[in-house]
Amino acid sequence: MTQLFLEQALNGLQFGLMLFLLAAGLTLVFGIMDCINLAHGSLYMVGAYLVAAAAQASGSFWIGLALGVGAAALLGLVLELTLFRQLYKRDHLSQVLATFALILIANEAVRMIWGAQPVMLNPPEALSGPVEIGGFFYPAYRLVIIAFGIAVAGLLYLLVAKSRVGMWVRAGASNREMTEALGINVQALFTVVFVFGAALCALAGGLLGPLLAVQVGMGESVLILAFVVIIIGGIGSIRGALVGSLIVGTVDTLGRALLPTLLRAILPADAAANLGPALASILIYLLMAGILFFKPQGLFPARA
Amino acid sequence: MSLRLTALAAALMLAGSVHAADKIKVGFVSTLSGPGAGLGVDIRDGFNLAMKRLNGKLGDLPAEVLIADDQQSPDVAKQVVDKFLKKDKVDLMTGIVFSNLMLAVGPTVFENKTFYISANAGPSQYAGEQCSPFFFNVAWQNDNLHEAVGKYVQDKGFKNVVIVTPNYPGGKDAVSGFKRYYKGKVAEEVYTKLGQLDYAAELAQIRSIKPDALFFFLPGGMGINFVKQFVSAGLSRDTQICAPGFSADEDVIKAVGAPMMGMFNSSHWAHDMENAENKRFVADFEKEYKRLPSLYASQGYDAALMMDAAVRDVKGRVEDKAALQKALEAKRFKSVRGDFKFNSNHYPVQNYYLRAIGKDAQGRVTNKTMGTIFTNHADAYVSQCKMK
Repeated sequence: MTQLFLEQALNGLQFGLMLFLLAAGLTLVFGIMDCINLAHGSLYMVGAYLVAAAAQASGSFWIGLALGVGAAALLGLVLELTLFRQLYKRDHLSQVLATFALILIANEAVRMIWGAQPVMLNPPEALSGPVEIGGFFYPAYRLVIIAFGIAVAGLLYLLVAKSRVGMWVRAGASNREMTEALGINVQALFTVVFVFGAALCALAGGLLGPLLAVQVGMGESVLILAFVVIIIGGIGSIRGALVGSLIVGTVDTLGRALLPTLLRAILPADAAANLGPALASILIYLLMAGILFFKPQGLFPARA
Repeated sequence: MSLRLTALAAALMLAGSVHAADKIKVGFVSTLSGPGAGLGVDIRDGFNLAMKRLNGKLGDLPAEVLIADDQQSPDVAKQVVDKFLKKDKVDLMTGIVFSNLMLAVGPTVFENKTFYISANAGPSQYAGEQCSPFFFNVAWQNDNLHEAVGKYVQDKGFKNVVIVTPNYPGGKDAVSGFKRYYKGKVAEEVYTKLGQLDYAAELAQIRSIKPDALFFFLPGGMGINFVKQFVSAGLSRDTQICAPGFSADEDVIKAVGAPMMGMFNSSHWAHDMENAENKRFVADFEKEYKRLPSLYASQGYDAALMMDAAVRDVKGRVEDKAALQKALEAKRFKSVRGDFKFNSNHYPVQNYYLRAIGKDAQGRVTNKTMGTIFTNHADAYVSQCKMK
């Protein structure tokens, strides 16, 4: 039982860190530029496809990952310079409409290039099986995702908390006008942040490709979770994104693992079988509603 | 002069009433965009391939195939079906992948007395109480492939089974189909969220149960997610995974690859089936689309052949509904799955086969037919159908 619980805790951590990779970029773009980017999930999808294509062409997952992330960052740069720059000054409705259009365009473009069927992206051979840690087995590849997640979180912490660019980013998130008044080139800063967000998206897509189906529409399902995370964590806050991701990942995993069993102990089998899965799937939304009730700005609001 | 013209016109009209249609219009509505598009595209490609073989004709009459995308939405499906029926006045319809869409458009199509040849969706409603003379299914009833897996798992002597399926009506149907033939112990029925990405929690639970077999029905991307994660968790060593053919066909294999080897699944058709029709179909499909056909493609292909045979049978008089129904029921085409016949509810009575995923002679990971699970198997709902 303790082993099962340990394994589920690791699963929660891994799922949380994977969400963090996505939410970090989203929260920065949303928080600093005040721009709602629904196409964030499309960048994740395109990233996964690019990584899959590069991995197949090069025969190595790691080369594919590096090339795919680079290509996605480049795509992010083009998008920022051509489209998003026009959107910052518009209201949220225009941003939602424009980025929703981008989702549709991205989905159809991917289908035209790679076809309607999912494409293959498998982990490197050495990581495809489970490893034994202290008596129980855990998929090696999931440990790699955990390692990447922790590394990215650490890197982001250093960047945001210790570097000069990070200081500008934090300043931009808490008060944009004042930052501009102090002579920071906010436009260039926005470009850097957006490109960085796109690269993180592609990294998430590429890393998750071996666990999930790389297919058209994969971005939308994960986008909703990323929005839940940044709303719980507080929009614009990297720390909030990390804490929010870990909470969502853990609550979702443990809810799915434990709720059906718990309910069976207190309810008749029939009712438990119906209620358990239903409750487990809305648990994170209940959590979000609860947190918003007590902290309407999220756990770590960026704007004081 | 004018008299002669009138006579000519009258003669033409007479001729027209005898040989009503000079062209057959087919309305093809399917899911061609969004996450479910892989299936719709395969049905369409199979259908188009058959039309190419028939030189664009159905029963020797030129055919026009109108293709529309339902976007996997019942509302959109209803709109395009309405347009096809009222504005384009199509003679025959086909193409819908998903049963919930089929149930949404069915009443309109049947009321309009237009024949619908389903190349995929086989809801129990239309097999049972709500069966219609205007509905034919050239594929299977939804439960059939699950029943076949249940029978296989039962016959193989597996004793401790875990079932994984999404928490929605299709998932519940899969479980009831499976349990109709598997009578052993079900250690756990795991119901997941529809569209779930991560299955780590469920896999940990399965690991602690240590079942000898696992039956899952997770359509589309969910199945791909699950199989990838199942294998990387190392569970395939102790647990045999079994699924209906939908979760183990070319679309899924293409996305997962070698980790799927050794998985058992059920189907009414396989690309390695030894009959002349099938060999021609598979070779033509590979040549045309540079990939192996899936069961969906085979169903689309059969749907076109079925229309062709029936239209030829009634000599193009598709407006004679009673005759057309008889011609469709007679099933005078050679199916790529070999012989089968229609039951009184217009669903197939056919064989179901066991397939296992392995490497073929060219080293490709694909399905191999291992044996027959059911011979001349009918669905469980036919007794409730009172065909009018």
